[in-house]
Amino acid sequence: MATNGLRASSIRTLAVCKKEVLHLVRDRLTFGMVVMIPLIQLVLFGYTINTDVRDVPAAVADSLENSFSRQLVMDLQASQVLDFRRTVHSPQELEQLIASGEVSAGVYIPPDAENRYYTGDRPYAQILIDGSDTVLAAAVTSLARFPFLPGGVVSNRSQAPGLSTRLLYNPEKRAALFTVPGLLGVILTMTMIMFTSIAIVRERERGNMELLIATPIKNIELMVGKITPYIGIGLVQVSIILFLGVLLFQIPVAGKLVSIFIACLIFILANLTLGLIISTLARNQLAAMQMFIFVFLPSMLLSGFMFPFVAMPKIAQQLAEVLPLTHFLRIIRGIILRNQPLSVVWEDLAFLLLFALFFLIISTIRFRKRLE
Amino acid sequence: MKLAIEVKGLTKTFGSFTAVNQVDMRIPENMVYGFLGPNGSGKTTAIRMMCGLLEPTAGEITVLGMQIPARTEAIRQQVGYMTQRFSMYGDLTVEQNLDFIGKIMGVTGKHLKRRKEEVKEQFNLQSFTSFLAGELSGGQKRRLALAAATIHKPRLLLLDEPTSEVDPNTRRDFWDQLFTMCDQGATILVTTHLMDEAERCHHLAIINDGIKVADGSPAALKSDLAAAIVEVKSPRPAQIKSHLHSLTPVISVTQVGMLLRVMVDPQLASPLEWLSKELASFVDVEIRTSSPSIEDVFVMATRKMSRDAEHGN
Ligand SMILES: Nc1ncnc2c1ncn2[C@@H]1O[C@H](COP(=O)(O)OP(=O)(O)OP(=O)(O)O)[C@@H](O)[C@H]1O
Ligand SMILES: [Mg+2]
Repeated sequence: MATNGLRASSIRTLAVCKKEVLHLVRDRLTFGMVVMIPLIQLVLFGYTINTDVRDVPAAVADSLENSFSRQLVMDLQASQVLDFRRTVHSPQELEQLIASGEVSAGVYIPPDAENRYYTGDRPYAQILIDGSDTVLAAAVTSLARFPFLPGGVVSNRSQAPGLSTRLLYNPEKRAALFTVPGLLGVILTMTMIMFTSIAIVRERERGNMELLIATPIKNIELMVGKITPYIGIGLVQVSIILFLGVLLFQIPVAGKLVSIFIACLIFILANLTLGLIISTLARNQLAAMQMFIFVFLPSMLLSGFMFPFVAMPKIAQQLAEVLPLTHFLRIIRGIILRNQPLSVVWEDLAFLLLFALFFLIISTIRFRKRLE
Repeated sequence: MKLAIEVKGLTKTFGSFTAVNQVDMRIPENMVYGFLGPNGSGKTTAIRMMCGLLEPTAGEITVLGMQIPARTEAIRQQVGYMTQRFSMYGDLTVEQNLDFIGKIMGVTGKHLKRRKEEVKEQFNLQSFTSFLAGELSGGQKRRLALAAATIHKPRLLLLDEPTSEVDPNTRRDFWDQLFTMCDQGATILVTTHLMDEAERCHHLAIINDGIKVADGSPAALKSDLAAAIVEVKSPRPAQIKSHLHSLTPVISVTQVGMLLRVMVDPQLASPLEWLSKELASFVDVEIRTSSPSIEDVFVMATRKMSRDAEHGN
């Protein structure tokens, strides 16, 4: 009896699953989106979002005027972050130049800079930054940790020019490396939630619901059958993104593929169940889309995809902890950028798994085989 | 006599509007039971409650000996429901739709294959197997829906206007199939607006404004009709019609070509003589009595209520 019930149950689940695949195959638009969304987003974001800031127009006010200060200015210029275009005589003039917009940053070297450097108790120079562009400001602020080695630099230069600065300010590669794994998360969030958020509401709108719920199908069979095909779709998208990431941006994935796919699979499940709960809540497809955006926007803004997570206010961080994307970004960047094994990020993985399970149960309970 | 459906005091309100009002129904097993009523009278709402798709505001429903809502899922395995609005998947083929519903209803493997062939033959769908359901004509869609509703050989069929949009010949085939299934032990509850179909049912219930106003076999309903039927034939029926409408004992007048079918208050001792006198001023008039039809029963039943309601207010 129990095995019989299980058999009947799996037959029904598979029937729903097959039906969803048939819908997908028939629906050219959705099918196209599966391939086109990763493609377009990857190319768009991968090439245009460039958080590497270079050649910020700058001015210098050097009150020391000796070999120490000249070397500091040259090294800063060599970092490629700042481009010194003006030389002035006082910090006040620097401020005026920034206020007028002529330059975005100014470096003031006080008369006792060399002394300060060797005593090490106070900053030896000050960088003034136009804070109105936060990305730019962040890049210039990072110069505070600029590894300046007076004297030593000269010998360094002759062998490997700019060795000490290149490490920190290596452009191109760093942005793509950081952006592409993030895009993996953003694209999956977008497509997975979008597809499933209309899965049930569409049946309602097209009038199929009255037939479907008059059958003995169980809620859980319907839910599982509905999301299963999209797991496959999600994994296809992951493959496309990784392939393009390697091809266009030289993302290092070799040797970590299994970890990446496991992490993606769990993340896909979390998003599918999130879409499912939207679908049981929404009255029509428009409402489903609105709810989707309600979830998607915070994911984009708070997860650490757009802005650095650590720089966000506490409350925003706490809010972001609820979003699957936040956890996924931590996992996937850990795997791809820092070569971490899955065991290091188990807490985030566990969160995603529980998240998926929680919403699957909630949607199953919430869904009523009623027309009201 | 075992009952396939028994409802007591069935009521459904939507906000302040009462769609189904204190309906009692006893549908014995093994019969074709017709459910009539004007548009918006509550037929679909009542059937939806019998499938457990809507929760009754009040009342009890027992289907195949099992109570709703407690045993709803068990009931659903033995019931075939054909919705008024087409509810098959338009982007799936006829075959894929049947396959899906069959599996969901627990018909599997070889048995499913056989049943699919059977229903396709039964409802003349063989040549449309690979058509998308959404591209079928109105009547073909109905045939597919009925095929799907019967694929698991249900003990009870709830058919909500199965023959709207269906041509007369197909309609006859449809009804032949219904009687065949009935002979094999199924019970069928069917709503219709077509009087010839109503005439063919074993038993009828008529509902008006959510209230059941008549219940009985077609023959009994006709013989119990509280009105006399008089037919008036004239070359100028329009004038006579307006005159008849002004007379109080006339319940209704229906024009059929040159013929006027007049329903008259049965209190009158002799309707024929009375009408002859009333129409004496008109020339070329032939008057004769006629036997009631189901349409007369329907008109009478669904009309009386609205008059009573007017009086009530
Ligand atoms: N979900 C709903 N919410 C509000 N009112 C409803 C709802 N469903 C039905 N009604 C109302 O209940 C009444 C009965 O509707 P129902 O569909 O049962 O009529 P019907 O007898 O099937 O009519 P038809 O012959 O046109 O199919 C109608 O006035 C309708 O407007
Ligand atoms: Mg109806």
